[in-house]
Amino acid sequence: MAAPAFVRAFDSDLWWSFRRSPVTVLSAVVALVCVGGALLAPLLAPHNPFDLASLNLLDAFKPPAWAAEGDLAYPLGTDDQGRDMLSAIMYGARVSLLVGVSAVLFSTLLGVALGLLAGYLGGAVDAVLMRIADIQLTFPSILVALLVDGVVRAALPREVHDQVALFVVIFAIGISNWPQFARTVRGSTLVERNKEYVLAARVIGLSRLRIMLTHVLPNVLGPVLVIATLSLGFAILAEATLSFLGVGVPPTQPSLGTLIRIGNDFLFSGEWWITIFPGAALVAMVLSVNLLGDWLRDALNPKLR
Amino acid sequence: MAERIVHEPTGEDFAALPVAERLPAARGAVPDAAPMVEAEDLARHFDVSRPWLQRVLAREPRRILRAVDGVSFAIPKGTTLSLVGESGCGKSTVARLVVGLYAPTRGRVLFDGQDLARARASAAQRRRMQMIFQDPYASLNPRWRVRDIIAEPIRAFGLVRDRAAQRDRVAELLTHVGLSPLDGEKYPHEFSGGQRQRISIARALSSNPEFLVCDEPTSALDVSVQAQILNLMKALQRELGLTYLFISHNLSVVRQVSDRIGVMYLGRIAELAPAETLFTAPRHPYTRALMEAIPDLEMTGRQRVPVGGEVPSPISPPPGCPFHPRCPLADARCRAERPALIPARGTEETLVACHAVEEGRDGDPATAASARALA
Repeated sequence: MAAPAFVRAFDSDLWWSFRRSPVTVLSAVVALVCVGGALLAPLLAPHNPFDLASLNLLDAFKPPAWAAEGDLAYPLGTDDQGRDMLSAIMYGARVSLLVGVSAVLFSTLLGVALGLLAGYLGGAVDAVLMRIADIQLTFPSILVALLVDGVVRAALPREVHDQVALFVVIFAIGISNWPQFARTVRGSTLVERNKEYVLAARVIGLSRLRIMLTHVLPNVLGPVLVIATLSLGFAILAEATLSFLGVGVPPTQPSLGTLIRIGNDFLFSGEWWITIFPGAALVAMVLSVNLLGDWLRDALNPKLR
Repeated sequence: MAERIVHEPTGEDFAALPVAERLPAARGAVPDAAPMVEAEDLARHFDVSRPWLQRVLAREPRRILRAVDGVSFAIPKGTTLSLVGESGCGKSTVARLVVGLYAPTRGRVLFDGQDLARARASAAQRRRMQMIFQDPYASLNPRWRVRDIIAEPIRAFGLVRDRAAQRDRVAELLTHVGLSPLDGEKYPHEFSGGQRQRISIARALSSNPEFLVCDEPTSALDVSVQAQILNLMKALQRELGLTYLFISHNLSVVRQVSDRIGVMYLGRIAELAPAETLFTAPRHPYTRALMEAIPDLEMTGRQRVPVGGEVPSPISPPPGCPFHPRCPLADARCRAERPALIPARGTEETLVACHAVEEGRDGDPATAASARALA
């Protein structure tokens, strides 16, 4: 009882089910390496791919270090500009993660708020919000993201757009994913709102907003955590897809998707490393995050224990 | 956890009292105190129709569930009125109407002489009414500490000046309901059903209410724990002068706590009588059938006569008296005309809604019982 909170957390069922699954531990390690590498890129990366002064075109198209013509200074080779691939991947993962996490946060906030309103208020509010969600769900989310991105791109002048491009991508991916959150939260809210602790709060005469925020919200957040984790994988992939199609983040801040697109041009001329390594990094990151999400979903589901 | 049951000052002191003192003098008669709560022809209908499009396609009419359909009663201050009835008879709906969780479809509720909707608009009046719920596992927010759960009404109504005063008040309330002040630090899942119900009671008491609506507060508890909770509630009533509306389907529980009892059937009150009168001289055929069904020691092993048939649907209640399809005394008038709740012939303190009783067709209970056995 007296143990500090973090000791109890490590003693919990969650920690136990985490250690019991080697796949989960492995994905956690991979995810940590990806996130750590991305966050600490300015400290860890051997080169700064954005420092044009340090680039040397003579170093372009160097194969990975273990190949015959490889150079130890460039462990994973260089691209057509002579940029170190390892550094580019680390900086690119930074952008991918930034966009992914922000987009998930955005869709979580939006989805949870709308789902809570729909579920608690019911009636016309519920009907309207859920029909909008239904309509949006009939389109693939990547199409929604493309549409939003395209509309904003057309609406804003080019200079302005370049400055806000990152936010546009975050907004586009976030908006394409909110119905999932809204539906889940609405479902749990419908269950919670009729529980007697909510009635007790209504008898006291608390406002609907206060009941929603202090009573219902904490009790519907469990599944949201799982969906958010699973959505992170989706959001990173969606950003990569948009960037691969050339509509995503600005070229001055290349993400993993941008790197893959650039590399794609050289794939058939033999410089496979320019596209394969960013691709592998993307796969490792998304796969590990998704596996973690799957584990979290199962571990938090009492019926599967 | 189990040892906590032992220190229960209020309940045990109470149980030690001689029986005569446990029964208030007023029990069995309607006290003259001003009514805390009055219901006048209270009704609540629910629209349970299918969605509009489906209804139109299938050419269905709207389906209206008459959960409560014309209920009147008054609860004098400091007394307990119980409503009993089968599942689905509308007793919980009455409870929710009386605290304003539902708005009435027809009729009205008066709280201390004031219309309930107006009373609930004012925090000062809202503070005076509280509710205790049936399911101790759903009535406490699982994410909140017990001290926050109990303090919620205190904070909502701004009853204390600062955090220290609030902490003291919560500790006092926990002690009052037989828990330890240290229990405030815990979460609801660390408690048993009976202890949770004590927490519920502490929360209800924290706003210093005068009127408590108890919606089956003991039906989810073990029999031994039920007695503790009932004793606690009665002790609190004596101590704080509380007025209770007590909802239950358990006749023996109701007998223990009530001053007056209303028997509900299909959204209406069939019989409303002082508690002991109801048990010694039940008048309505439905009440008599219920009394027959109470298990007791003398009658062990005896073959019981169940009430025939099923409760009709409140969506399409039968015309006339709602009990007539199952009633051994029903005649043409019962099938056509709805009986009013009026003083019964013979036992005037009992209000009963029955044509047979009004016309004297019910005979004395013994004859009626044999007539029912033949039927």
